[in-house]
Amino acid sequence: MPFDVYLNVAVSGVLTGLVYGLMALGLSVIFGVVRVVNFAHGEMMSIAMYLAVVLFAGLHLDPLIMLLPISAVLFVFGYILQVRLINPFITRPEYTQFLLLVALAIIIVNTLLIIFGPDARTIQTSYAYDSFQLGSLILDAPKLYAGAAAIVFAAALFVFFRFSLIGKAIRACADNYTGALVVGLDVKHLYALTFALGAACVGAAGVMMTLIVDVTPTIGPTYTLLAFVIVITGGLGSMPGALIGGVLIGLTEALAGLLFTPSAKSMFAFGILVLVLLFRPQGILGKRAT
Amino acid sequence: MADKFVAKFARLVARLTGGLTLRSAGLLVALFAALLAAPYLVNDYLLTVLIIILYFAYTGQAWNIMMGFAGQLSLGHAIYVGLGGYLAASLFVRFDIGPWFGVLAAIPVAVVCGAIIGFLAFRFSVAGVYFAILTIAFAEFARIGFDHLDVVNASAGLFLPVGQYVHNDLWRLRGNPAMFYYVILAATVLIFILCRLLLKSRIGYFWLAIREDEQAARATGIDTFRYKMYAVMISAAATSFAGVFYAFFYNNLFPEQVFSIFRSIEIILGPIIGGVGTLFGPILGAFVLTGLAETLNSTLIALGVDLPGAKQVFYGVCLLFVIVALPEGVWPPLARRLGLAGDSR
Repeated sequence: MPFDVYLNVAVSGVLTGLVYGLMALGLSVIFGVVRVVNFAHGEMMSIAMYLAVVLFAGLHLDPLIMLLPISAVLFVFGYILQVRLINPFITRPEYTQFLLLVALAIIIVNTLLIIFGPDARTIQTSYAYDSFQLGSLILDAPKLYAGAAAIVFAAALFVFFRFSLIGKAIRACADNYTGALVVGLDVKHLYALTFALGAACVGAAGVMMTLIVDVTPTIGPTYTLLAFVIVITGGLGSMPGALIGGVLIGLTEALAGLLFTPSAKSMFAFGILVLVLLFRPQGILGKRAT
Repeated sequence: MADKFVAKFARLVARLTGGLTLRSAGLLVALFAALLAAPYLVNDYLLTVLIIILYFAYTGQAWNIMMGFAGQLSLGHAIYVGLGGYLAASLFVRFDIGPWFGVLAAIPVAVVCGAIIGFLAFRFSVAGVYFAILTIAFAEFARIGFDHLDVVNASAGLFLPVGQYVHNDLWRLRGNPAMFYYVILAATVLIFILCRLLLKSRIGYFWLAIREDEQAARATGIDTFRYKMYAVMISAAATSFAGVFYAFFYNNLFPEQVFSIFRSIEIILGPIIGGVGTLFGPILGAFVLTGLAETLNSTLIALGVDLPGAKQVFYGVCLLFVIVALPEGVWPPLARRLGLAGDSR
């Protein structure tokens, strides 16, 4: 195979990987602060994907325009979820948190199935088949837009956590729970905000994913697992780690799909996960947990 | 020699029954008697439901050894079911080797698999959520691997020959539901006894110490690595038998189904709903969950609701309700209510 083919597939994998990274960023932010593993992460993404599909089919609203409104909807959803359901579970054993979110995931998947049926849905934008050519490199327009939007969204989140007062307060909660309570932070509210931000991330990622893949109600669990793989590869709780992990996994999947068979591609992602857990359990950019 | 054996057996029985009140012993005997008589009392449909319940009681108990006793959260138990099922079914289909020899082959393979996962994880101190996700990763790896493994027909699935059986052939596990029922009942009773013995012995106390506080356990001189390994290996061995049973009961195996994360989740729902770490929890949980699923099924059919997914939504809502209302599971509060508090484990 000529080198061009590899390069094209690799670049396409990196662009998809950026969207994966944004999705995983949501999981990472939630775990890093609330210490709850969101086992309904991919399912929350599928809600955003269906919102985009419905808005496009009904009102011809372009997914890229609906990016912020839909992630705002997911933000509210995440906030309510944390306040109503998850807050009481923060101090309970991990397996009860797991069951709570698995139950939620089952409800989401099957509600979508009831409403939309099992068939795959797509969004046919006017630029679906556009591409840009750079020398021998051909870039799919939808993937390029999705990747660029993912970078912008992630950068905005970095800035928020780094410089805003609320972002600093949230990081204080993550660093020292008791200390945060002592200085008078409203931890429950900040946890809910964090979960909401994580949900907004995965919502934005979901909208961009509709440009790249078809949507079915059962798509959720696959992406939940993928988000785990990415987050642990990059380092659970590390924000740049999630993006780097996403790019790495996107690249691996794309190349594995080219060199072997596409159906076996996620085996390589899981293979990477096993290697990372064994030799660098804290992830590529993670800090060693005590 | 014989005296020694008798004395040893007596000690074993004493350990098994020690601390058991008359009330809970009576309850156990009554339940066992009811289960023994069940095939003569219920129709084939209900018998199949009972088989599924006992299957989940068995696998739940096996999972409970790892999580409930030793505190190691495995979310990938489907890998042991799948390995056991595929190994025994392949031996049967290709070489006509019976399922009981299949069990003898499946157990060492599952133990080695569990040992590899355990060794890698515990050596590198991968714990908690990370360990749980490592177990998912291995199960998913196996799922996709088997999906491309031509020796076992890859994603086309492996099928066992089926026919109408007039006579039950226990040796080859070919027969009617009643035979399968007694096989899984015997297995459930055996693992219940095994778990009770383990809990009442040195290894069980070490496990509980590790579960409650691993550092403290290590400080008191317990070789935590070794005892966590024992937990994984025993749990894997027990679960692989369930795989053999699954293969011969359903007569078909698809990688997408047996290794799926949903199979792993199904296995752990029973003990969590029933009560993690209790001996009776997995059994009660299996009854509650399978009973719930079947009731929902027949209710929806009776109401004429034919929506794909409707049943699962109700199921999810019920799970949510139970976990919010009864975080310890159903059995511990029920045991207190029945005055069996001391026997809840």
